[in-house]
Amino acid sequence: MQKGHFSKEFLEKIAAAEPQWMREKRLEAYALYESLPMPHTTEDDVWRRTVDMRTQDYWRRTRRYLRGLDVEKYAPSLPTNGGPSDIDVDASDEAASGVLVQVDGQLQHISKSEELKKKGIYFADFHTALREQPELLRDYFMNKAVTLETALKSGNIAQHNKFDALHGAFWRGGYLLHVPKGVSVEVPLRVFIKMSEADQADLSHTLIIAEEGSQVAVLEDNASTTSDASGLHSGAVEIFAGQNANVTYVQVQRWNRTVWNFGSHRAMIARDAQLCWVSAAFGGRLNKMNQASILEGAGSHAQMLGLAFTDARQHLDVSTAQEHISPHTTSDLMYRTVLKDRSQTAWGGNIYVYPSANHTDAYQKNDNLLLSERAHADTLPGLEIQAHEVRCTHGATAGKIDADQVFYLMSRGLPYTQAERLIVEGFFEPVIERVPLESVREELSTSITRKLG
Amino acid sequence: MSNELTIKDLHISVQGKPIINGLSLTVQPGEVHALMGPNGSGKSSLANGLMGHPLYEVDSGEVIFDGVDVLDLEPNERAKLGLFLAFQYPTAIPGVSLANFLRLAVSAVRGKETNGSEKDKLIPMREFRRELREKMQQLGVDDSFARRYLNDGFSGGEKKRAEILQLAMLEPKIAILDETDSGLDIDAVRIVGDSVSRLVGPELGVLIITHYPRLLEYIRPQFIHILLDGRIVESGGWELAEMLEAEGYDPIREKHGIKEEE
Ligand SMILES: Nc1ncnc2c1ncn2[C@@H]1O[C@H](COP(=O)(O)OP(=O)(O)OP(=O)(O)O)[C@@H](O)[C@H]1O
Ligand SMILES: [Mg+2]
Repeated sequence: MQKGHFSKEFLEKIAAAEPQWMREKRLEAYALYESLPMPHTTEDDVWRRTVDMRTQDYWRRTRRYLRGLDVEKYAPSLPTNGGPSDIDVDASDEAASGVLVQVDGQLQHISKSEELKKKGIYFADFHTALREQPELLRDYFMNKAVTLETALKSGNIAQHNKFDALHGAFWRGGYLLHVPKGVSVEVPLRVFIKMSEADQADLSHTLIIAEEGSQVAVLEDNASTTSDASGLHSGAVEIFAGQNANVTYVQVQRWNRTVWNFGSHRAMIARDAQLCWVSAAFGGRLNKMNQASILEGAGSHAQMLGLAFTDARQHLDVSTAQEHISPHTTSDLMYRTVLKDRSQTAWGGNIYVYPSANHTDAYQKNDNLLLSERAHADTLPGLEIQAHEVRCTHGATAGKIDADQVFYLMSRGLPYTQAERLIVEGFFEPVIERVPLESVREELSTSITRKLG
Repeated sequence: MSNELTIKDLHISVQGKPIINGLSLTVQPGEVHALMGPNGSGKSSLANGLMGHPLYEVDSGEVIFDGVDVLDLEPNERAKLGLFLAFQYPTAIPGVSLANFLRLAVSAVRGKETNGSEKDKLIPMREFRRELREKMQQLGVDDSFARRYLNDGFSGGEKKRAEILQLAMLEPKIAILDETDSGLDIDAVRIVGDSVSRLVGPELGVLIITHYPRLLEYIRPQFIHILLDGRIVESGGWELAEMLEAEGYDPIREKHGIKEEE
């Protein structure tokens, strides 16, 4: 059988310079990747809205989103010997305490502030980290959060995920951030993961480990540098908030509209730790994501803010989980999506409360605003509660833009497009106002404005 | 007269149901008219139809304002010409602050047509702030009002004051006030009444829709019209308001052979 890029030979080539355990890990993932079929059936509950989703137009055509995907067409980057070539860095990043820029899987730039160096924070691209921090990676990498097998309930949205297996077998690039015990980083770190050349596969891995009592914020941008270079992104994000740590992680996804985008994002939150997690999605041709907060430690808290804006024929399918394992844990999810043109989105969210998680307080809300007759949003909130003393609130809405709101604004002189813009901005506002960093709020507003056209 | 509003034999229906059945009325700048009528007689439908709400279909008739047939215009174009409606039930727009919205609205209505970017068309922030603060003080509303989301969680009275604040900022030529007095306490009626009468002048004509003569004590209308069955059946002076207050609509219904709607 003719093999493309994702072959065993290629795997051996990239694993050659890596520790033996990593090679074994890759091979294990590869075996799973080979054994799993491409998701293809609507009986697969997690994938069915991406396998096929009906359009809402007159013909009610079924769109088989995955059908056009030929994974083998995309090439992951090869290992290089050269160090980072210092190009293409945004001048605006000077306000960051650390900056990492990666293009097509290759590290382009990394810089660290004096603060970062002095406080003993480890921040490096993943390949360097594998050389310099093998023990740490061996302990954490795809072992605890994003794993191929898990006993966690939220595993149902990620288990036997063909793309996690692909990622595990062929991951390239990404970064490790390790914040030692008790260390606070005042200024956020900035990461730019970019795709530039056509037919690239980006398989970046994000690993953030914040030890006990530490505090850190990371802003990660995923973006294409061109509007038409087709690509595949299959990423994984693993976040560990240690005891009493305070972590903010923001990912803004702006791939161009030809990119196939897959990702598993998981956070493990220890006792009394807090995670503020912002996921913003604007790009991609097809997006299939899962995101889970595992509230492992008593008194831990997760805030999950989601914002998505789709247009043209974009498809976005997100599964979220708030998994409460310990007592006195709180989680708060707010996802808001605006859909234009013929775009389609699906959101399925679950709150799990273990028998051991009394005094859980969980909140979950998904709202969708449809700007076009042909756009369609599915929303499926869910609860699985096994403890007695819990407070869970959830809700979901999907609706067209309100004609009375438009009329009200127009009657005061605003043209239709401006009225629509204001209503969209207002719709996103409850999410944006909760984002803790001013620079991120501005960036999100800019992306929304750009998308409004 | 250029700035006069002329309504000729207007017919409006909602979802196929006729509501306004041949209404004619002229409002000149400087004039104050009051339109009174029982619940469901079509007062708000008329107001919405004049402003161009898509649900209120104009079946026939003419509405000429400033020499232009406004029925062909979008609501925002009508606003730019100088038409303003203070809504009976103002719509909430969550997430949009009153100040942000109002700056856009004022810029759009006063805007010169420029080819510049959207930012260039906005009136300068300092100028806007000063003007807004001044007008908020006149209306006795708190500074925090400007930062609140438009009509979102506003009390009934706050909504009505926000409408009058917008009226004052947008400086229209013809203003329709749809039950701006309902939901207001006695002091608020006085404040709103005083503010509106201060605005009335050779530049502004007003059509006040109300059930109560209270507001009219502050803004004495020269003309009172009674709407029944989608038509103006009586027009007169202040004595008509007094007569209504004393006897209600029954004598007028009887006189015109109109049955009370179920
Ligand atoms: N949006 C609408 N949808 C359906 N029917 C409507 C709508 N607006 C008005 N109507 C109907 O049109 C008729 C007139 O209503 P309208 O609101 O114009 O009366 P009004 O004179 O303003 O009454 P009120 O004094 O209670 O404010 C009523 O029968 C009402 O039910
Ligand atoms: Mg009314």
